[in-house]
Amino acid sequence: MTAYSYYPGCSLHSTGREFDASVTAVFRALKIDLVELEDWNCCGASSAHSVDRDLSLALPARNLALAQAAGRDVIMPCAACYNRHRTAEHELQSTAERRRRIEAAADFEYRPSVHVRALIEVLYDTIGPQALRELVVRDLGGLPAVAYYGCLLVRPPQVTGFDHAEHPTKMGELLGALGAEARPWGDATECCGGGLTLTQPKVARRLVTRLAERAREAGAQAIVTSCPLCQVNLEMRQSGRAERLPIFYISELVGLALGLEESKAWWPMHLIDPRPLLRSAGLMAPQAAA
Amino acid sequence: MLTDSRLDVKAGDSLMHRLNARAEQQVELCYHCHKCTAGCPVAEEMRFGPDQVLLMIQLNQQDRLLTSRDIWLCAGCEACATRCPNEIDIARVMDALRQVALAEGVRPADTSSVKFHRLFLFLVEHLGRMNEAGLLGAHKLWTGNLLADLGSGAVMVVKGKIPLVPHVLRDRAGMQRLFSRSLHPAATESGAQEPGP
Repeated sequence: MTAYSYYPGCSLHSTGREFDASVTAVFRALKIDLVELEDWNCCGASSAHSVDRDLSLALPARNLALAQAAGRDVIMPCAACYNRHRTAEHELQSTAERRRRIEAAADFEYRPSVHVRALIEVLYDTIGPQALRELVVRDLGGLPAVAYYGCLLVRPPQVTGFDHAEHPTKMGELLGALGAEARPWGDATECCGGGLTLTQPKVARRLVTRLAERAREAGAQAIVTSCPLCQVNLEMRQSGRAERLPIFYISELVGLALGLEESKAWWPMHLIDPRPLLRSAGLMAPQAAA
Repeated sequence: MLTDSRLDVKAGDSLMHRLNARAEQQVELCYHCHKCTAGCPVAEEMRFGPDQVLLMIQLNQQDRLLTSRDIWLCAGCEACATRCPNEIDIARVMDALRQVALAEGVRPADTSSVKFHRLFLFLVEHLGRMNEAGLLGAHKLWTGNLLADLGSGAVMVVKGKIPLVPHVLRDRAGMQRLFSRSLHPAATESGAQEPGP
């Protein structure tokens, strides 16, 4: 049985609960073990690198030390956590002096033996859209959606090396494998302002509302993401006259297509209820209780 | 431990020199093609925009820059860094501007962001992980902005998305060591010599 270390990060234990629930359910169904890193810490997100560069590298480095000791590649579903840990890896591999400084702060000796993987990297590069397609029991019936990557998976490309920095395709191909229709659009990697959502809510509202408008213009009925900061920002800050678009995590749609019963528990956690869309698309039985 | 004395920075050095040392960038390479500003998601809220920020660094206009709201508006999306023909990581330069402003005790234009980051890191230092209830509650009290997002916050508490009881790391001592080893003492920015580790 394949196994990965699992780093949920703080968001997946709070605002991104349905991300955590859907990721763990999907990997159970795929018979891949996820072993949560013991006593992991917060990566520091955007606050650490705003205040101090060394701290912003030492915080993720402590988790890299835990992953190294566990001896398995570590899956980080949160795009922000993934970015911070990839940045620390990148810096550990840059110069001997930089490496010594991070090692001293995080109290470990770095060996480049395990890798930090984004959820989509494992789903696409390791499992693959073809293999996933074969496991689909509930085809998503052409549900029109846009794949939204945001910033932190794809940028800076020399750090994340995730996919094409301007025109990534992996999430769209995964959606296609599930039977959804990934609508082409030009805003897949535009920033939603998630990092500013509490300190500059007006800016975040403008960016999110424009993204939703563009998604609608592209013919999408939902936006699909792999970032809990984007997801909560897109749900909280969508405004304007048009009906708000549901925001799915990619793992939720994988779970739905795999026919997982657990999926029913994910939808009520959303701030924008996706159930009316799922019912109208025939992906959920019509029922009175909502 | 990185102290500013190890950054090869002296009192009286130009802003560009200090930022280049912090961010490991070469701001002097910018020839103002404006590509960064063209793709910046928050340029329209900024007063100067990323390329003018770089110009002001080159011209050593540090008082205007360190007190400007622009440096706190950067969303850190790295679009500028990805597209810069001179490979300047402009987002990292923006980080360095924030770091210098904080280290030098400049009165920031955006106190809400500064309070947010300070609270965030205080919680991480003492709990090891983020506690959203603590962060949001304390930030509201500190900024006096009590009513913002109260509705969606309450909904998220009901949906179990804002746990009220914080998780505390077992290795709290390790976290505190990590913080004390990596955080710079603020005084060193002025060029004061810090003893090595």
